[in-house]
Amino acid sequence: MKVIIMGCGRVGAQLATLLDDEGHSVTILDIDAYSFRRLPNTFRGTALLGNGIDQEALKKAGIEDTDAFIAVTRGDNRNIMACQIAKHIFNVPRVLCRIYDPVRQEMYESLGLETISPTTIIAAILKEKLLKEKK
Amino acid sequence: MYIIVVGGGRVGYYLTKALLEEGHEVLIIEKDKVICDNINEELGSICLRGDGCEATVLAEAGTERADMLVAVTGNDQDNLVSCQIAKHKFNVKLTISRIRNPKNEILFKKLGIDVTINSTNAILEAITELVPTHTLTHLHTVRDKGLNIVEIKIPDEAITTGKKIKELSIPYGCTLILVISKKHSPQIPSPETVIEGDAQIIAITPPEAEEALRTALLGS
Repeated sequence: MKVIIMGCGRVGAQLATLLDDEGHSVTILDIDAYSFRRLPNTFRGTALLGNGIDQEALKKAGIEDTDAFIAVTRGDNRNIMACQIAKHIFNVPRVLCRIYDPVRQEMYESLGLETISPTTIIAAILKEKLLKEKK
Repeated sequence: MYIIVVGGGRVGYYLTKALLEEGHEVLIIEKDKVICDNINEELGSICLRGDGCEATVLAEAGTERADMLVAVTGNDQDNLVSCQIAKHKFNVKLTISRIRNPKNEILFKKLGIDVTINSTNAILEAITELVPTHTLTHLHTVRDKGLNIVEIKIPDEAITTGKKIKELSIPYGCTLILVISKKHSPQIPSPETVIEGDAQIIAITPPEAEEALRTALLGS
């Protein structure tokens, strides 16, 4: 599968590594080349300097024939905009969007975007863990 | 009308000022404390400090009763999200977004933003309108007299080159003030002055005679 990941932070780099290990073709985008230090030496995919909300940069990353696009920068709005470009301009078959703000996450989910809010998920996990270990 | 302006930068500030003067009820949402304090001091308490992309902030701003939301921050992504939340969560009828990257215009329209304003394109249009085709440039407006001082560039290929000014039909009300040519020093034109290619002519004219003056001097 061809995958474009936007944002080479901890999550982006780890996801890129996992997918690369499984033999997928990964292109990872970031606006800061320094972020690519998080990728292991063994990474066989493409690390590309560019802004995911810029349609030209997305074309360079191969968005026109990618199977999936995942946005995991730390800016909710950047992720939202990039995913909407991928979905509505380039018709990417699978688009995943990380949105920290649960309210925005819910709204964009209802607008047809596939979204994940780490805030909600982590809070639930922490609560569960805390209450379980108390017993 | 109740209008919410997201972004208190220069565009937001002057926009709000103009809207207030027109008698509208306006609220600015701005993240930065210093900018917010300055606006509140200068325009009265109309700036709410907060993120215009957060539903709680928009709720506090009374977005559900707003007639219009105008997003004019410097970031396209923030303007987009702000407008989308206003539209889908608060049912604001009219959302207007400033756009920096001209390429985003199609996306914003597709996503339901009602009006997009693209400063880059607006400036570009003005330039193309002024520079290559139009040979008449406004230099100054004489206040209260209804007269403009204009500069007309005579291209080499103009059919009027080589003619004397008395042979041209300069419209009524227009006066040629100065002729600047390549060969001679600037001169005050007389009826005998010959129009040369690549010359600039400075003239004073009523606005309604501008087109006729241009035609008289260029022959087309």
